[in-house]
Amino acid sequence: MRKSVKFLSALAAVAVVSTAASAGTLDEVKKRGVLHCGVSTGLPGFSNPDDKNNWSGIDADTCRAVAAAVLGDASKIKFTPLTAKERWTALQSSEVDMLSRNSTWTHTRDTSLGVNFTGVNYYDGQGFMVSKSIGVKSAKELDGVSVCLQAGTTTELNLADYFREHGMKYSPITFDTSDQTIKGFEANRCDMLTSDQSQLYSLRTKLPDPNTAMVLPEIISKEPLGPVVSQGDDQWFNIVKWVLNAQINAEELGITSKNVDKMKSSKNPSVGRVLGTVGDAGAKLGLSADWAYNAIKQVGNYGEMFERNVGLNTPLKIARGVNALWNKGGIMYAPPIR
Amino acid sequence: MADKQGQALTPSKPAPWNDPAVRSIVFQVLAILALGYFFYVIFQNTLANMEKSGISTGFGFLGEPSGFGILMSMVDYTEASSYGRTFLVGLLNTVLVAALGIVLATFLGFAIGVARLSPNWLLAKIATVYVETLRNIPLLLQMFFWYFAVLAALPSPRQSMDWGGAFFLNNRGFYFPRPVFEDGSSIVGIAFVIAVVAVVMLAKWAHKRQESTGEQFHTVYVSIGILLGLPLLAYLISGMPISLEYAALKGFNFQGGMRVIPELMALLWALSFYTAAFIAEIVRAGILAVSHGQSEAAHALGLRQAPTLRLVVIPQALRIIIPPLTSQYLNLTKNSSLATAIGYPDLVAVFMGTTLNQTGQAVEIVGMTMGVYLTISLIISAFMNWYNKRKALVER
Repeated sequence: MRKSVKFLSALAAVAVVSTAASAGTLDEVKKRGVLHCGVSTGLPGFSNPDDKNNWSGIDADTCRAVAAAVLGDASKIKFTPLTAKERWTALQSSEVDMLSRNSTWTHTRDTSLGVNFTGVNYYDGQGFMVSKSIGVKSAKELDGVSVCLQAGTTTELNLADYFREHGMKYSPITFDTSDQTIKGFEANRCDMLTSDQSQLYSLRTKLPDPNTAMVLPEIISKEPLGPVVSQGDDQWFNIVKWVLNAQINAEELGITSKNVDKMKSSKNPSVGRVLGTVGDAGAKLGLSADWAYNAIKQVGNYGEMFERNVGLNTPLKIARGVNALWNKGGIMYAPPIR
Repeated sequence: MADKQGQALTPSKPAPWNDPAVRSIVFQVLAILALGYFFYVIFQNTLANMEKSGISTGFGFLGEPSGFGILMSMVDYTEASSYGRTFLVGLLNTVLVAALGIVLATFLGFAIGVARLSPNWLLAKIATVYVETLRNIPLLLQMFFWYFAVLAALPSPRQSMDWGGAFFLNNRGFYFPRPVFEDGSSIVGIAFVIAVVAVVMLAKWAHKRQESTGEQFHTVYVSIGILLGLPLLAYLISGMPISLEYAALKGFNFQGGMRVIPELMALLWALSFYTAAFIAEIVRAGILAVSHGQSEAAHALGLRQAPTLRLVVIPQALRIIIPPLTSQYLNLTKNSSLATAIGYPDLVAVFMGTTLNQTGQAVEIVGMTMGVYLTISLIISAFMNWYNKRKALVER
């Protein structure tokens, strides 16, 4: 009988715990003192750990900027590596506060997963990488091809659409992680690897001899990649959205991590509004006035993030292209802070 | 005196709340109610939370078109098929690899278990090394080994290994001719069914004859003759209605014919070699548990080594072998879900992987997948329990 009493009270305890509601994400992060950020399991240029578990990449930096804006310190952050399959569940169950994991913004994801995309930190498109030895110059010559790709991505759908549209056959070999796809490609299990084009360049650097593979010119889809938060917390949604916008605005206004202190005394009111010397942009987000200053000082503006992680001076050697600012030939455009 | 004592021993019936029988029933009912309530709360809570955070629920997604391709499918499947169809494709692929794995692992395990007890020193040592190596390396590593190490050793499609232009082996799989059934080929099928029936009747007759007269009959050779001969005869008489479609190199890959993909081979080898090591040990234990006197008695009756093993030792050993063997079958089936690591499109990869990601309906999909593994496991269990009962010692 003592046993059954214990059992019943255990049941009651579990029931209470499972009905407890969660507080606002901002308060929770502040109380915890650490931002939990979901990243990829290793994708050079976007989110990739080194041997001391320091994460680098444009996605990792996007999270760091949020940590700097919210907690005043870009290093107060815990990265959780997630496979493509795990990412939504991790975000839905609040295991991570935000997801910055080269995730494509699509209608289905935005409407049925209970998540909100906060913006775009990289405009990508799906491409093909083939081994030079098969002698293919264009994606139109790929009938009957074996394709390595990663499970749980928009890639699978785009690939199917493209081959159906062009009346070609293919056989997909679907792996769990992008690391396994490049291993399958290396073992010659497939003739072609498909993924977002930025990832192809990044994965190519993992081949023993990157020159044996080439990326085909065709881009078959739109892949706007960006940070994601859970639905139902508008304040947190605003914060993550506007930290990235502030970084893009900063690049447009010429504010960098190096000149940010000098820019604080700028006469341009737009600069003042970003850096918190004019207006109360921070307070409206529930943050301190120097929220964007911290993000820019510690992480940099959008252009700095790009050049440091994927730009021409990195192994990935990706040109700004469509990711340049709107007034410099690209489509990167942020609403103004005012 | 006796009456009085009898009365004294029968206690008066206690009040219901003091009756241990009533009390135990009441507490068990309470416990079940509490458990039921617990799951009800969890269920409602999950639904409410999902609704609150805007996650779609329900099984409507099963009718929507999937829009992605699958490497291997035993039923018709295209990108236009529904998510319900992807479930079926994944389910069949899982059942296929589990069934083949169980058969392979059983044969291999029995052979190695018996070999380990062989008086032949070399054979016994090889079996020992096999068991100790295979069962001590994690299964996932073995899968990666069979997949990546063996894949890397195989040639590309253009340099395929070729046997008579009909069988090809390369790193895209093993290709063999596909029989194409034309009009009139059903006669061959009917002939085959007749042959099977004939063989079964023959075996019964031969057994009966041996029991009554002691004369043996060459059942095995005659059976093979009937099984091959009768359909072949029908095939020739009906004008050879079955032709073969050969695989041929077209573009990057072979087209036509039939193919076993390397993912299936790697998964099957890894699963059956690994499980066979455990089955071998179970078989060895079963055989060792049969008293040595049994073999000596059989030898004394004039039975040679092979019939002794087959007729005396194994039937008794089976009683010990079957229950743990069931666990190994269940393990193999569940381990097949590691397939997703090497790209074999099993239920976990196709349904709990891609489908889950496209629809985001984790609760429904994970629930369905768990239900499938539970059902398969319970079916295996039920069958093995039935078989065990048949083999159990009938005491007279």
